[in-house]
Amino acid sequence: MIETLQMPSILSESFETDTKLETKNVNAFFGKTQALRNVSLRIQKNHVVAIIGPSGCGKSTFLRCLNRMHEVAGGSMNGTILLDGEDIHENDPVNLRRRVGMVFQKPNPFPTMSIFDNVAAGIRLNGMARKNHIAETVERSLQQAALWNEVKDSLSKSGMSISGGQQQRLCIARALAVNPEVLLMDEPASALDPISTAKIEELIYELKKDYTIVIVTHNMQQAARVSDETAFFYLGEIIEFDNTKKIFTAPSIKQTEDYVTGRFG
Amino acid sequence: MSIVIVALIFAFLLKEGLSIFWRVPISDFLFARNWYPISDPPQFGILPLIIGSILVTAGAGIISIPIGIASALFIAEIAPRKTKEVLKAGIELLAAIPSVVIGFIGMVTLGPFIKEIFNLSTGLTALSGSITLAFMAMPTIVSIAEDAITAVPRQYREAAIAMGATKWQTTWRIVAYAARPGMVAAVMLGIGRVIGETMAVMMVTGNAALIPHSILQPVRTLTATIAAEMGETVQGGEHYAALFAIGIVLFIITFLINGIADIYLHKAKK
Repeated sequence: MIETLQMPSILSESFETDTKLETKNVNAFFGKTQALRNVSLRIQKNHVVAIIGPSGCGKSTFLRCLNRMHEVAGGSMNGTILLDGEDIHENDPVNLRRRVGMVFQKPNPFPTMSIFDNVAAGIRLNGMARKNHIAETVERSLQQAALWNEVKDSLSKSGMSISGGQQQRLCIARALAVNPEVLLMDEPASALDPISTAKIEELIYELKKDYTIVIVTHNMQQAARVSDETAFFYLGEIIEFDNTKKIFTAPSIKQTEDYVTGRFG
Repeated sequence: MSIVIVALIFAFLLKEGLSIFWRVPISDFLFARNWYPISDPPQFGILPLIIGSILVTAGAGIISIPIGIASALFIAEIAPRKTKEVLKAGIELLAAIPSVVIGFIGMVTLGPFIKEIFNLSTGLTALSGSITLAFMAMPTIVSIAEDAITAVPRQYREAAIAMGATKWQTTWRIVAYAARPGMVAAVMLGIGRVIGETMAVMMVTGNAALIPHSILQPVRTLTATIAAEMGETVQGGEHYAALFAIGIVLFIITFLINGIADIYLHKAKK
Protein backbone atom coordinates (compact mmCIF):
# COMPACT_ATOMS: atom_id res chain seq x y z
CA MET A 1 0.00 0.00 0.00
CA ILE A 2 2.67 2.43 1.05
CA GLU A 3 4.76 1.38 -1.87
CA THR A 4 2.03 2.02 -4.42
CA LEU A 5 1.39 5.42 -2.93
CA GLN A 6 5.01 6.37 -3.04
CA MET A 7 5.65 5.16 -6.52
CA PRO A 8 3.99 8.02 -8.38
CA SER A 9 5.65 10.68 -6.28
CA ILE A 10 9.03 9.16 -6.95
CA LEU A 11 8.19 9.02 -10.61
CA SER A 12 7.09 12.62 -10.79
CA GLU A 13 10.16 13.67 -8.80
CA SER A 14 12.46 12.08 -11.29
CA PHE A 15 10.31 13.46 -14.08
CA GLU A 16 10.60 16.98 -12.82
CA THR A 17 14.34 16.94 -12.93
CA ASP A 18 14.23 15.31 -16.34
CA THR A 19 15.85 16.94 -19.31
CA LYS A 20 13.26 18.43 -21.63
CA LEU A 21 15.48 20.05 -24.22
CA GLU A 22 19.12 19.46 -24.86
CA THR A 23 21.42 21.06 -27.40
CA LYS A 24 24.78 19.57 -28.34
CA ASN A 25 27.40 21.56 -30.21
CA VAL A 26 24.92 23.71 -32.06
CA ASN A 27 26.38 26.01 -34.70
CA ALA A 28 24.08 28.39 -36.52
CA PHE A 29 24.74 30.51 -39.58
CA PHE A 30 23.20 33.30 -41.60
CA GLY A 31 24.79 32.74 -44.98
CA LYS A 32 28.47 32.64 -44.11
CA THR A 33 28.20 34.56 -40.87
CA GLN A 34 28.32 32.31 -37.87
CA ALA A 35 25.81 33.33 -35.22
CA LEU A 36 26.26 30.48 -32.75
CA ARG A 37 29.33 28.45 -31.87
CA ASN A 38 29.19 25.08 -30.19
CA VAL A 39 26.28 25.80 -27.93
CA SER A 40 25.53 22.94 -25.57
CA LEU A 41 22.81 23.37 -23.03
CA ARG A 42 20.45 21.26 -21.00
CA ILE A 43 17.01 22.54 -20.12
CA GLN A 44 15.02 20.79 -17.46
CA LYS A 45 11.35 20.15 -17.52
CA ASN A 46 9.17 22.77 -15.83
CA HIS A 47 12.10 25.09 -15.41
CA VAL A 48 12.44 28.62 -16.71
CA VAL A 49 15.72 29.24 -18.44
CA ALA A 50 16.73 32.81 -19.18
CA ILE A 51 19.13 33.65 -21.96
CA ILE A 52 20.99 36.90 -21.44
CA GLY A 53 23.76 38.67 -23.28
CA PRO A 54 24.49 41.83 -25.25
CA SER A 55 22.80 42.54 -28.58
CA GLY A 56 23.99 40.37 -31.42
CA CYS A 57 25.27 37.63 -29.14
CA GLY A 58 23.04 35.02 -30.74
CA LYS A 59 20.42 34.64 -28.04
CA SER A 60 17.46 35.08 -30.38
CA THR A 61 19.09 32.85 -32.96
CA PHE A 62 19.52 30.17 -30.34
CA LEU A 63 15.86 30.42 -29.39
CA ARG A 64 14.83 30.18 -33.03
CA CYS A 65 16.93 27.06 -33.50
CA LEU A 66 14.88 25.35 -30.81
CA ASN A 67 11.69 25.41 -32.91
CA ARG A 68 13.46 25.47 -36.26
CA MET A 69 12.30 29.00 -37.02
CA HIS A 70 15.93 29.81 -37.77
CA GLU A 71 15.68 27.91 -41.03
CA VAL A 72 12.43 29.68 -41.96
CA ALA A 73 14.33 32.98 -41.88
CA GLY A 74 16.87 31.51 -44.31
CA GLY A 75 19.51 30.44 -41.77
CA SER A 76 21.22 27.10 -41.39
CA MET A 77 22.54 25.14 -38.44
CA ASN A 78 24.32 21.98 -37.46
CA GLY A 79 24.69 20.07 -34.23
CA THR A 80 22.01 18.19 -32.34
CA ILE A 81 18.92 19.41 -30.53
CA LEU A 82 16.98 16.85 -28.55
CA LEU A 83 13.41 17.30 -27.38
CA ASP A 84 12.54 14.54 -24.93
CA GLY A 85 15.59 12.72 -26.26
CA GLU A 86 14.48 12.87 -29.90
CA ASP A 87 16.39 14.77 -32.54
CA ILE A 88 14.14 17.63 -33.67
CA HIS A 89 15.60 17.50 -37.16
CA GLU A 90 14.36 14.01 -37.71
CA ASN A 91 10.72 14.99 -37.37
CA ASP A 92 8.33 17.25 -39.18
CA PRO A 93 9.00 20.90 -38.22
CA VAL A 94 5.25 21.54 -38.20
CA ASN A 95 4.77 18.98 -35.45
CA LEU A 96 7.76 20.30 -33.58
CA ARG A 97 6.33 23.82 -33.57
CA ARG A 98 3.08 22.57 -32.13
CA ARG A 99 5.05 21.11 -29.23
CA VAL A 100 7.36 24.10 -28.91
CA GLY A 101 5.33 27.32 -28.97
CA MET A 102 6.78 30.78 -29.42
CA VAL A 103 6.01 34.31 -28.30
CA PHE A 104 7.71 37.11 -30.19
CA GLN A 105 9.27 40.39 -29.15
CA LYS A 106 6.59 42.54 -30.70
CA PRO A 107 3.00 41.49 -30.02
CA ASN A 108 1.72 40.12 -33.32
CA PRO A 109 -1.94 39.15 -33.09
CA PHE A 110 -3.43 38.46 -36.52
CA PRO A 111 -4.85 41.85 -37.49
CA THR A 112 -7.87 40.65 -39.42
CA MET A 113 -9.06 38.28 -36.71
CA SER A 114 -11.05 38.81 -33.55
CA ILE A 115 -9.63 38.07 -30.12
CA PHE A 116 -11.47 34.74 -30.11
CA ASP A 117 -10.29 33.79 -33.59
CA ASN A 118 -6.72 34.69 -32.76
CA VAL A 119 -6.66 32.21 -29.91
CA ALA A 120 -8.60 29.65 -31.92
CA ALA A 121 -6.36 30.01 -34.97
CA GLY A 122 -3.91 27.33 -33.89
CA ILE A 123 -6.61 24.84 -32.92
CA ARG A 124 -8.35 25.33 -36.22
CA LEU A 125 -5.11 24.88 -38.13
CA ASN A 126 -4.56 21.63 -36.31
CA GLY A 127 -7.94 20.44 -37.48
CA MET A 128 -9.10 19.56 -33.97
CA ALA A 129 -12.14 21.66 -34.60
CA ARG A 130 -15.19 20.85 -32.55
CA LYS A 131 -17.17 23.97 -31.77
CA ASN A 132 -17.62 23.67 -28.01
CA HIS A 133 -14.14 22.24 -27.71
CA ILE A 134 -12.76 25.36 -29.38
CA ALA A 135 -14.71 27.67 -27.08
CA GLU A 136 -13.45 25.75 -24.03
CA THR A 137 -9.86 25.83 -25.19
CA VAL A 138 -10.04 29.54 -25.98
CA GLU A 139 -11.39 30.27 -22.52
CA ARG A 140 -8.81 28.06 -20.82
CA SER A 141 -5.94 29.60 -22.81
CA LEU A 142 -7.06 33.15 -22.11
CA GLN A 143 -7.37 32.30 -18.44
CA GLN A 144 -3.90 30.80 -18.40
CA ALA A 145 -2.63 33.97 -20.02
CA ALA A 146 -4.42 36.03 -17.35
CA LEU A 147 -6.41 37.86 -19.98
CA TRP A 148 -9.83 36.24 -19.72
CA ASN A 149 -11.32 38.69 -17.22
CA GLU A 150 -10.27 41.65 -19.31
CA VAL A 151 -11.59 40.44 -22.67
CA LYS A 152 -14.39 38.00 -21.92
CA ASP A 153 -17.01 40.55 -22.95
CA SER A 154 -15.25 41.62 -26.12
CA LEU A 155 -14.11 38.36 -27.68
CA SER A 156 -15.42 39.39 -31.08
CA LYS A 157 -13.44 42.63 -31.16
CA SER A 158 -10.32 42.84 -33.28
CA GLY A 159 -7.14 41.47 -31.79
CA MET A 160 -5.56 44.84 -32.49
CA SER A 161 -8.11 46.79 -30.46
CA ILE A 162 -6.57 45.99 -27.07
CA SER A 163 -3.47 47.49 -25.45
CA GLY A 164 0.06 46.33 -26.28
CA GLY A 165 0.39 44.41 -23.02
CA GLN A 166 -2.95 42.73 -23.59
CA GLN A 167 -1.94 41.91 -27.15
CA GLN A 168 1.17 40.19 -25.88
CA ARG A 169 -0.88 38.13 -23.43
CA LEU A 170 -3.22 37.36 -26.31
CA CYS A 171 -0.22 36.03 -28.22
CA ILE A 172 0.72 33.93 -25.21
CA ALA A 173 -2.83 32.57 -25.08
CA ARG A 174 -2.63 31.83 -28.79
CA ALA A 175 0.60 29.91 -28.25
CA LEU A 176 -0.87 28.00 -25.29
CA ALA A 177 -4.06 27.05 -27.13
CA VAL A 178 -2.32 24.34 -29.15
CA ASN A 179 -1.11 22.76 -25.92
CA PRO A 180 2.65 23.01 -26.35
CA GLU A 181 5.17 21.45 -23.98
CA VAL A 182 7.80 24.15 -24.28
CA LEU A 183 7.26 27.89 -24.59
CA LEU A 184 9.93 30.05 -26.18
CA MET A 185 9.74 33.76 -25.42
CA ASP A 186 11.84 36.23 -27.37
CA GLU A 187 12.06 39.37 -25.24
CA PRO A 188 8.33 39.17 -24.63
CA ALA A 189 8.20 42.30 -22.48
CA SER A 190 10.70 44.57 -24.18
CA ALA A 191 8.01 46.49 -26.08
CA LEU A 192 5.78 46.87 -23.01
CA ASP A 193 5.31 49.28 -20.14
CA PRO A 194 6.39 48.32 -16.58
CA ILE A 195 2.91 47.26 -15.44
CA SER A 196 2.38 45.00 -18.43
CA THR A 197 5.90 43.67 -17.94
CA ALA A 198 5.14 42.78 -14.33
CA LYS A 199 2.01 40.96 -15.49
CA ILE A 200 3.95 38.94 -18.03
CA GLU A 201 6.54 38.05 -15.41
CA GLU A 202 3.87 36.88 -12.97
CA LEU A 203 2.41 34.88 -15.79
CA ILE A 204 5.72 33.18 -16.52
CA TYR A 205 5.88 32.14 -12.90
CA GLU A 206 2.43 30.59 -13.16
CA LEU A 207 3.05 28.91 -16.49
CA LYS A 208 6.17 27.20 -15.20
CA LYS A 209 3.93 24.64 -13.50
CA ASP A 210 2.72 23.30 -16.81
CA TYR A 211 5.36 24.27 -19.32
CA THR A 212 9.09 24.42 -19.81
CA ILE A 213 10.02 27.99 -20.68
CA VAL A 214 13.02 29.49 -22.41
CA ILE A 215 13.07 33.26 -22.32
CA VAL A 216 15.46 35.62 -24.05
CA THR A 217 15.75 38.93 -22.30
CA HIS A 218 17.76 42.11 -22.35
CA ASN A 219 16.65 42.92 -18.89
CA MET A 220 18.85 41.31 -16.26
CA GLN A 221 16.52 42.04 -13.38
CA GLN A 222 13.84 40.23 -15.32
CA ALA A 223 16.09 37.22 -15.82
CA ALA A 224 16.91 37.22 -12.12
CA ARG A 225 13.23 37.46 -11.19
CA VAL A 226 11.70 34.84 -13.42
CA SER A 227 14.25 32.15 -14.16
CA ASP A 228 15.65 29.06 -12.47
CA GLU A 229 18.73 28.89 -14.63
CA THR A 230 20.44 31.53 -16.68
CA ALA A 231 22.70 31.22 -19.68
CA PHE A 232 25.03 34.05 -20.57
CA PHE A 233 25.81 34.30 -24.27
CA TYR A 234 28.57 36.37 -25.77
CA LEU A 235 29.58 36.54 -29.44
CA GLY A 236 27.64 33.41 -30.26
CA GLU A 237 29.17 31.32 -27.52
CA ILE A 238 27.75 30.23 -24.26
CA ILE A 239 30.02 31.67 -21.59
CA GLU A 240 28.30 30.41 -18.49
CA PHE A 241 25.19 28.44 -17.69
CA ASP A 242 24.18 27.90 -14.12
CA ASN A 243 21.62 28.43 -11.43
CA THR A 244 20.23 31.95 -11.76
CA LYS A 245 21.14 32.91 -8.21
CA LYS A 246 24.68 31.84 -8.77
CA ILE A 247 25.00 33.69 -12.08
CA PHE A 248 23.84 36.92 -10.51
CA THR A 249 25.63 36.65 -7.17
CA ALA A 250 28.71 34.54 -7.66
CA PRO A 251 29.40 33.86 -11.34
CA SER A 252 32.47 31.74 -11.89
CA ILE A 253 33.62 33.51 -15.02
CA LYS A 254 34.87 37.07 -15.08
CA GLN A 255 33.03 38.02 -18.29
CA THR A 256 29.72 36.99 -16.79
CA GLU A 257 30.39 39.06 -13.72
CA ASP A 258 31.32 42.08 -15.81
CA TYR A 259 28.09 41.75 -17.78
CA VAL A 260 25.67 41.18 -14.90
CA THR A 261 27.21 44.01 -12.92
CA GLY A 262 26.76 46.28 -15.90
CA ARG A 263 30.41 46.85 -16.79
CA PHE A 264 29.71 46.10 -20.45
CA GLY A 265 26.93 45.11 -22.77
CA MET B 1 -6.01 69.35 -61.82
CA SER B 2 -6.98 65.86 -62.86
CA ILE B 3 -10.19 66.25 -60.85
CA VAL B 4 -11.01 69.36 -62.89
CA ILE B 5 -10.40 67.47 -66.12
CA VAL B 6 -12.55 64.55 -65.01
CA ALA B 7 -15.29 67.01 -64.03
CA LEU B 8 -15.02 68.73 -67.41
CA ILE B 9 -15.23 65.40 -69.22
CA PHE B 10 -18.32 64.50 -67.25
CA ALA B 11 -19.84 67.93 -67.96
CA PHE B 12 -19.13 67.46 -71.65
CA LEU B 13 -20.75 64.03 -71.63
CA LEU B 14 -23.80 65.49 -69.93
CA LYS B 15 -24.02 68.38 -72.35
CA GLU B 16 -23.85 66.14 -75.40
CA GLY B 17 -25.80 63.19 -74.06
CA LEU B 18 -28.62 64.55 -71.93
CA SER B 19 -30.68 65.77 -74.87
CA ILE B 20 -31.64 62.19 -75.70
CA PHE B 21 -33.66 62.08 -72.51
CA TRP B 22 -36.04 64.75 -73.86
CA ARG B 23 -37.13 62.21 -76.42
CA VAL B 24 -36.60 58.90 -74.59
CA PRO B 25 -37.36 58.67 -70.86
CA ILE B 26 -34.40 57.42 -68.80
CA SER B 27 -36.19 54.24 -67.80
CA ASP B 28 -36.89 53.39 -71.44
CA PHE B 29 -33.34 54.20 -72.39
CA LEU B 30 -31.93 51.88 -69.73
CA PHE B 31 -34.48 49.08 -69.84
CA ALA B 32 -36.06 48.91 -73.29
CA ARG B 33 -35.06 45.76 -75.13
CA ASN B 34 -34.30 47.11 -78.58
CA TRP B 35 -31.35 49.06 -79.87
CA TYR B 36 -32.21 50.09 -83.43
CA PRO B 37 -30.71 53.57 -83.67
CA ILE B 38 -31.02 53.91 -87.46
CA SER B 39 -34.40 52.33 -88.14
CA ASP B 40 -37.46 54.53 -88.54
CA PRO B 41 -38.54 55.40 -85.93
CA PRO B 42 -35.25 54.74 -84.09
CA GLN B 43 -35.31 52.73 -80.88
CA PHE B 44 -32.80 53.54 -78.19
CA GLY B 45 -32.98 50.79 -75.56
CA ILE B 46 -29.55 49.95 -74.22
CA LEU B 47 -30.61 46.92 -72.15
CA PRO B 48 -29.02 44.45 -74.61
CA LEU B 49 -25.81 46.44 -74.48
CA ILE B 50 -25.82 46.54 -70.68
CA ILE B 51 -26.47 42.81 -70.54
CA GLY B 52 -23.72 42.27 -73.10
CA SER B 53 -21.26 44.24 -71.00
CA ILE B 54 -22.29 42.49 -67.79
CA LEU B 55 -22.11 39.05 -69.38
CA VAL B 56 -18.70 39.57 -70.91
CA THR B 57 -17.35 41.22 -67.75
CA ALA B 58 -18.74 38.55 -65.43
CA GLY B 59 -17.29 35.85 -67.64
CA ALA B 60 -13.92 37.58 -67.66
CA GLY B 61 -14.12 37.91 -63.88
CA ILE B 62 -14.94 34.24 -63.36
CA ILE B 63 -11.92 33.29 -65.42
CA SER B 64 -9.42 35.91 -64.34
CA ILE B 65 -10.10 36.30 -60.60
CA PRO B 66 -9.25 32.77 -59.44
CA ILE B 67 -6.32 32.43 -61.84
CA GLY B 68 -5.08 35.94 -61.07
CA ILE B 69 -5.26 35.55 -57.28
CA ALA B 70 -3.67 32.12 -57.43
CA SER B 71 -0.87 33.47 -59.61
CA ALA B 72 -0.33 36.38 -57.24
CA LEU B 73 -0.10 34.00 -54.27
CA PHE B 74 2.28 31.77 -56.19
CA ILE B 75 4.53 34.66 -57.18
CA ALA B 76 4.51 36.29 -53.77
CA GLU B 77 4.74 33.25 -51.52
CA ILE B 78 5.93 30.16 -53.29
CA ALA B 79 8.10 30.99 -56.29
CA PRO B 80 11.84 31.13 -55.68
CA ARG B 81 13.42 34.53 -56.17
CA LYS B 82 14.58 34.00 -59.75
CA THR B 83 11.30 32.55 -60.98
CA LYS B 84 9.58 35.45 -59.30
CA GLU B 85 11.60 38.03 -61.24
CA VAL B 86 10.89 36.29 -64.53
CA LEU B 87 7.18 35.94 -63.81
CA LYS B 88 6.81 39.55 -62.72
CA ALA B 89 8.52 40.75 -65.88
CA GLY B 90 6.24 38.47 -67.89
CA ILE B 91 3.14 39.87 -66.25
CA GLU B 92 4.24 43.41 -66.98
CA LEU B 93 4.88 42.44 -70.57
CA LEU B 94 1.37 41.02 -70.80
CA ALA B 95 0.04 44.37 -69.58
CA ALA B 96 2.01 46.16 -72.28
CA ILE B 97 0.45 44.31 -75.21
CA PRO B 98 -1.91 46.71 -77.05
CA SER B 99 -5.51 45.63 -76.71
CA VAL B 100 -6.00 45.55 -80.47
CA VAL B 101 -3.28 42.92 -80.72
CA ILE B 102 -4.94 40.79 -78.06
CA GLY B 103 -8.24 41.28 -79.87
CA PHE B 104 -6.69 40.26 -83.16
CA ILE B 105 -5.17 37.11 -81.67
CA GLY B 106 -8.52 36.35 -80.04
CA MET B 107 -10.34 36.83 -83.34
CA VAL B 108 -8.13 34.60 -85.46
CA THR B 109 -7.31 31.85 -82.95
CA LEU B 110 -9.87 31.80 -80.14
CA GLY B 111 -12.91 32.44 -82.33
CA PRO B 112 -12.43 29.47 -84.66
CA PHE B 113 -11.46 27.29 -81.70
CA ILE B 114 -14.68 28.07 -79.85
CA LYS B 115 -16.71 27.64 -83.01
CA GLU B 116 -15.14 24.23 -83.43
CA ILE B 117 -15.56 22.81 -79.92
CA PHE B 118 -19.07 24.09 -79.31
CA ASN B 119 -20.17 23.49 -82.87
CA LEU B 120 -21.50 27.01 -83.40
CA SER B 121 -22.24 29.05 -86.49
CA THR B 122 -19.84 31.71 -85.28
CA GLY B 123 -17.03 31.66 -82.78
CA LEU B 124 -17.33 35.38 -82.05
CA THR B 125 -19.35 35.11 -78.84
CA ALA B 126 -19.62 36.46 -75.33
CA LEU B 127 -17.39 33.59 -74.21
CA SER B 128 -14.62 34.60 -76.62
CA GLY B 129 -14.92 38.15 -75.31
CA SER B 130 -14.71 36.93 -71.72
CA ILE B 131 -11.59 34.87 -72.36
CA THR B 132 -9.90 37.69 -74.26
CA LEU B 133 -10.75 40.22 -71.57
CA ALA B 134 -9.60 37.84 -68.84
CA PHE B 135 -6.14 38.10 -70.38
CA MET B 136 -6.34 41.85 -70.13
CA ALA B 137 -7.58 41.92 -66.54
CA MET B 138 -5.03 39.41 -65.33
CA PRO B 139 -1.93 41.64 -65.27
CA THR B 140 -3.74 44.28 -63.19
CA ILE B 141 -5.13 41.69 -60.79
CA VAL B 142 -1.87 39.80 -60.42
CA SER B 143 0.40 42.78 -59.91
CA ILE B 144 -1.81 44.64 -57.44
CA ALA B 145 -2.73 41.49 -55.51
CA GLU B 146 0.92 40.49 -55.42
CA ASP B 147 1.81 43.88 -53.92
CA ALA B 148 -0.88 43.44 -51.30
CA ILE B 149 0.35 39.97 -50.38
CA THR B 150 3.98 41.04 -50.22
CA ALA B 151 2.96 43.93 -47.97
CA VAL B 152 1.66 41.56 -45.27
CA PRO B 153 4.23 42.00 -42.49
CA ARG B 154 6.66 39.17 -41.88
CA GLN B 155 5.67 38.93 -38.25
CA TYR B 156 2.26 37.48 -39.10
CA ARG B 157 3.80 34.78 -41.24
CA GLU B 158 6.26 33.99 -38.48
CA ALA B 159 3.50 33.89 -35.91
CA ALA B 160 1.58 31.40 -38.02
CA ILE B 161 4.56 29.20 -38.78
CA ALA B 162 5.69 29.22 -35.16
CA MET B 163 2.21 28.10 -34.18
CA GLY B 164 2.61 24.98 -36.25
CA ALA B 165 0.91 26.10 -39.45
CA THR B 166 2.15 24.48 -42.62
CA LYS B 167 3.40 26.69 -45.44
CA TRP B 168 0.10 26.10 -47.23
CA GLN B 169 -2.01 27.06 -44.21
CA THR B 170 0.09 30.13 -43.59
CA THR B 171 -0.43 31.26 -47.17
CA TRP B 172 -4.14 30.58 -47.38
CA ARG B 173 -5.45 31.19 -43.90
CA ILE B 174 -3.19 33.95 -42.65
CA VAL B 175 -1.50 35.81 -45.47
CA ALA B 176 -4.33 35.72 -48.00
CA TYR B 177 -6.75 36.64 -45.23
CA ALA B 178 -4.70 39.63 -44.14
CA ALA B 179 -4.22 40.78 -47.74
CA ARG B 180 -7.93 40.56 -48.50
CA PRO B 181 -8.66 44.30 -48.85
CA GLY B 182 -5.77 44.68 -51.29
CA MET B 183 -6.96 41.68 -53.25
CA VAL B 184 -10.48 43.10 -53.51
CA ALA B 185 -9.00 46.34 -54.82
CA ALA B 186 -6.96 44.38 -57.35
CA VAL B 187 -10.06 42.58 -58.58
CA MET B 188 -12.06 45.80 -58.81
CA LEU B 189 -9.37 47.56 -60.82
CA GLY B 190 -9.02 44.55 -63.08
CA ILE B 191 -12.77 44.49 -63.65
CA GLY B 192 -12.72 48.25 -64.18
CA ARG B 193 -10.26 47.74 -66.98
CA VAL B 194 -12.46 45.04 -68.49
CA ILE B 195 -15.60 47.19 -68.50
CA GLY B 196 -13.81 50.07 -70.15
CA GLU B 197 -12.07 47.90 -72.74
CA THR B 198 -13.32 48.53 -76.27
CA MET B 199 -11.10 47.40 -79.08
CA ALA B 200 -10.45 43.79 -78.18
CA VAL B 201 -14.02 43.20 -77.16
CA MET B 202 -15.36 44.71 -80.38
CA MET B 203 -13.23 42.34 -82.40
CA VAL B 204 -14.22 39.11 -80.68
CA THR B 205 -17.78 39.36 -79.42
CA GLY B 206 -19.60 39.42 -82.75
CA ASN B 207 -21.31 42.77 -82.06
CA ALA B 208 -24.97 41.77 -82.22
CA ALA B 209 -27.05 44.17 -80.17
CA LEU B 210 -29.47 41.48 -79.02
CA ILE B 211 -30.22 40.15 -75.59
CA PRO B 212 -28.20 36.90 -75.50
CA HIS B 213 -29.66 33.69 -74.12
CA SER B 214 -26.35 32.04 -73.45
CA ILE B 215 -22.70 32.87 -73.22
CA LEU B 216 -22.22 31.16 -76.58
CA GLN B 217 -24.11 33.85 -78.49
CA PRO B 218 -22.72 37.05 -79.96
CA VAL B 219 -23.19 40.14 -77.82
CA ARG B 220 -22.32 43.78 -78.03
CA THR B 221 -20.98 45.85 -75.16
CA LEU B 222 -21.58 49.49 -74.27
CA THR B 223 -18.07 50.49 -75.24
CA ALA B 224 -18.09 48.68 -78.57
CA THR B 225 -21.36 50.37 -79.49
CA ILE B 226 -19.91 53.83 -79.05
CA ALA B 227 -16.77 52.99 -80.97
CA ALA B 228 -18.59 51.24 -83.81
CA GLU B 229 -21.38 53.74 -84.34
CA MET B 230 -19.90 57.12 -83.60
CA GLY B 231 -18.57 57.41 -87.15
CA GLU B 232 -22.05 57.02 -88.61
CA THR B 233 -23.81 59.67 -86.61
CA VAL B 234 -24.69 63.27 -87.32
CA GLN B 235 -23.18 65.56 -84.76
CA GLY B 236 -25.88 66.83 -82.43
CA GLY B 237 -28.42 64.30 -83.68
CA GLU B 238 -30.43 61.86 -81.62
CA HIS B 239 -28.19 58.89 -82.31
CA TYR B 240 -25.16 61.02 -81.44
CA ALA B 241 -26.74 62.07 -78.15
CA ALA B 242 -27.72 58.46 -77.38
CA LEU B 243 -24.11 57.35 -77.78
CA PHE B 244 -23.00 60.07 -75.39
CA ALA B 245 -25.66 58.95 -72.97
CA ILE B 246 -24.11 55.48 -73.12
CA GLY B 247 -20.86 57.23 -72.26
CA ILE B 248 -22.53 58.71 -69.18
CA VAL B 249 -23.68 55.27 -68.09
CA LEU B 250 -20.17 53.86 -68.56
CA PHE B 251 -18.65 56.78 -66.73
CA ILE B 252 -20.90 56.20 -63.73
CA ILE B 253 -20.18 52.45 -63.70
CA THR B 254 -16.40 52.85 -63.81
CA PHE B 255 -16.56 55.69 -61.33
CA LEU B 256 -18.39 53.44 -58.85
CA ILE B 257 -16.01 50.55 -59.39
CA ASN B 258 -12.92 52.70 -58.94
CA GLY B 259 -14.51 54.25 -55.87
CA ILE B 260 -15.02 50.84 -54.30
CA ALA B 261 -11.48 49.80 -55.24
CA ASP B 262 -10.20 52.98 -53.64
CA ILE B 263 -12.01 52.33 -50.39
CA TYR B 264 -10.45 48.88 -50.21
CA LEU B 265 -6.99 50.15 -51.11
CA HIS B 266 -7.22 52.60 -48.23
CA LYS B 267 -8.29 49.80 -45.95
CA ALA B 268 -5.35 47.76 -47.17
CA LYS B 269 -2.92 50.56 -46.41
CA LYS B 270 -4.15 50.73 -42.84
